[in-house]
Amino acid sequence: MISPHPIAALIGILIVVLSIASGLIWIERRLLALWQDRYGPNRVGPFGLFQVLADTIKLLAKEDWIPPFADKPVFIIAPAIIMVTVLMSFAVLPVAPGIIISDLSVALLFFLAMSSLGVYSIVLAGWASDNKYSLLGGLRAAAQMLSYEVFMGLSLMGIVLLAGSFSLTDIVHAQQRIWFIVPQFLGFLLFLVAGLAETRRLPFDLPEAESELVAGFHSEYSGMKFGMFFVGEYLGITLISAMITILFFGGWMGPVLPPIVWFLIKTFFFLGLFILIRASLPRPRFDQLMAWAWKLMLPLALANLLVTGAVLLAFYR
Amino acid sequence: MQASAVGSVQERFPDLPVVAQPTRDQIPTMWVPADSAREVLRFLKTEIAQPYAMLYDLTAIDERMRLKRDGQPASDFTIVYHLLSFARNQYVRVKAALREDRLSAPSISNIWPAANWYEREIWDLFGIVFEGHPHLERLIMPKTWVGHPLRKDHAARATEMGPFRLPKDKEEREQEALRFRPEDWGMRSSHDGTDFIFLNVGPQHPGTHGVLRIVLQLDGEEIVDAVPEIGFHHRGAEKMGERQSWHTYIPYTDRIDYLGGVMNNFAYLTAVEKLAGIEVPPRAQVIRVMLAELFRIISHLVWYGTFAQDLGQMSPVFYTFNDRERAFAIIEAICGARMHPNWFRIGGVAQDLARGWDAMMRDFIAYFPPRLREYDREVLANRIFKARTVGVGGCTTEEAIEWGVTGPNLRATGFEWDFRKKQPYSGYDNFEFDIPTAQTGDCYGRALVRVEEMRQSLRIIQQCMDNMPEGPYKSLNSLASPPLKERTMHDIETLITHFLSVGWGPVIPPGEALGAIEATKGNNGYYLVSDGGTTSYRTRIRTPSFAHIQMLPLLCRGGMIPDLLAILGSLDYVLADIDR
Repeated sequence: MISPHPIAALIGILIVVLSIASGLIWIERRLLALWQDRYGPNRVGPFGLFQVLADTIKLLAKEDWIPPFADKPVFIIAPAIIMVTVLMSFAVLPVAPGIIISDLSVALLFFLAMSSLGVYSIVLAGWASDNKYSLLGGLRAAAQMLSYEVFMGLSLMGIVLLAGSFSLTDIVHAQQRIWFIVPQFLGFLLFLVAGLAETRRLPFDLPEAESELVAGFHSEYSGMKFGMFFVGEYLGITLISAMITILFFGGWMGPVLPPIVWFLIKTFFFLGLFILIRASLPRPRFDQLMAWAWKLMLPLALANLLVTGAVLLAFYR
Repeated sequence: MQASAVGSVQERFPDLPVVAQPTRDQIPTMWVPADSAREVLRFLKTEIAQPYAMLYDLTAIDERMRLKRDGQPASDFTIVYHLLSFARNQYVRVKAALREDRLSAPSISNIWPAANWYEREIWDLFGIVFEGHPHLERLIMPKTWVGHPLRKDHAARATEMGPFRLPKDKEEREQEALRFRPEDWGMRSSHDGTDFIFLNVGPQHPGTHGVLRIVLQLDGEEIVDAVPEIGFHHRGAEKMGERQSWHTYIPYTDRIDYLGGVMNNFAYLTAVEKLAGIEVPPRAQVIRVMLAELFRIISHLVWYGTFAQDLGQMSPVFYTFNDRERAFAIIEAICGARMHPNWFRIGGVAQDLARGWDAMMRDFIAYFPPRLREYDREVLANRIFKARTVGVGGCTTEEAIEWGVTGPNLRATGFEWDFRKKQPYSGYDNFEFDIPTAQTGDCYGRALVRVEEMRQSLRIIQQCMDNMPEGPYKSLNSLASPPLKERTMHDIETLITHFLSVGWGPVIPPGEALGAIEATKGNNGYYLVSDGGTTSYRTRIRTPSFAHIQMLPLLCRGGMIPDLLAILGSLDYVLADIDR
């Protein structure tokens, strides 16, 4: 298999990822509309496909307003952080054999590190806005991320044990015989929940909580700075879906079709799942969310790790 | 039973000049001296056998322009207390006369906490001082307002008030009046070394369902205290009642509880018809009941969807609005309009039912129950929904009565009280339906009650369809308006009568009456005073939402911000219903 040059892969993946993220906005709006008995965007271009383009032009043309009371440098840097950290994570994703920007041996740890850094974006945005709603959103984000990071990492350790490596390429290869969804079903569920929380999507959208905090951490943002949070969120969903595919569903592997197609099919399936979850669930309260993380999810993740380790020790030594 | 409340008061206070007054609505009415009103009311609430537990309404009348007050004690301003006894299933009306040179009365806010806002409202709109009131500030009008709008000498229209000017100093005064000082709202900014956050929710906020402002005193995300501010939606509906004729006021009522449509006409006309002594023909009664129940469903559908949305659930609001649209199609076919049909008339309804109405109604009755079952699974059975609502914002029946809560919110506390059953109007006693209740009084209980009410409303509509009487759709009483066209074109007499009653509107005989019905959100009552003219002398609109929102601080103290949104959603209020 011929590997493309890393720079070519970088440019290719960047373009594909960014267009998926923006295309996802259209997909989400159309799917939600379908499920909610309405039309969704269907005016701009065929099937409303260019709606995102029109929205982007609108966002770019808008006044990029920074409130006079805001902490200006932090206010500006916050939306950049989320874009950077999420895009960095894409660098270590093996999309297909050889199509990867940087095949790190600690790719999984890198991914976890980047997703942890991503929360700074939200917290700093909430802080710099100097608005009580934003501040509450930022505080919620900090607490939520902290609690959900913990078992997110732990839920993946079972896979690391099974694959014997932190490298995502190795993890995909280790699923030749059986996808990790089977031995690590609990780990999958935990990661799915943690991933939802990580992307701050319903039912974990407490930091923005439209009906309570009016938009939370990005209440004060406008123009393309808001656009970056927006795209950052969709990039995040794409990232988590791709990670689920790689970690639990054998990455690019599958019969007949080329590997990259399989990878896309699986990723889009989870993207659809994320949208479906958003369409159906209400939002829990902040303290309930925390209680579930620490009292339910964390013990389950630990138990999963313990059982996986014990089974490995007993049968595969 | 009839005179017993007045009799008991006379017996208990032998030295007091208690004057009984006969009224059109048969509610026992007595005049007591303003200074003793508090003692009399305390007696009626606590000491009398079968006490009057609820302060149903509290308002005032500017009597200075009255012509026909025969037999009533002299008064420039009259404070009118309406109490409701559940044990007796009866109202009592207590009136206190005030002279212009001493416009003050003792406050009863220490007897009923609910009196707080009512007394502020009276101070605001009539300028009557309540001694001992903890916070006698303007409630409805802006702080900087000059004058008391419901006084007869206050202008009713902006054009009567001279041009509007905003010079620099006035602008600064207005700005200064908007400055937030926690002390003005009865809150402390710190306690035991902890500084509280004050969060301003509204008047523009997606969770407040309209221009309602709530100032939250927060410790972290926990609510220490909440103070609602109302009045942003005030349009002077009561003042307009004194300007419009009895007939032309009907469309204004549509816009009080703007989700309730004809339900508002219903309450208003119940009062007008009591005053005029009009008997509504059976067909019109059943038509009224049927449309009112359809509007109950329509209103509850809005509540259902938006409540789920307040809790972060995105989809139900689209489904319920979709269903509401189907119900509106029927309303539109019958009435010609959707949200504000303005379709009931004095003595009946505007027209007979449109051809084909029964087929549409039958379709809806077949269509709707499966949808309701689907929503039960989607919303009521959802575990996150339950986690957000069970045990949140609860109150007991006693508290609810204390604060004047009526309707589904009262029934959610386990108290089976529905005015359709207890004081049947418009022939509700001919229908079979249950009164749904819940036991918990929390947000979830309120949701259960409303959902079940929609099913009961369907039952009533079905019975209306099966038993729709034949006959006229409007009374033949000469005060019913507008008079039937086919009866006018006979001779000059009928033509002149028609001309007058359309041009001026009917002249309603002097008197007063309270028309109270079980509206979509609770008890909606119109207390009308006629001075024998073509317009009402005083139109008082008692709305359920006003009482419910006043209770908000009690419900949300100790909760978190998300709980506030759950409570607001579960109370089901409409801002126009609060401010009028």
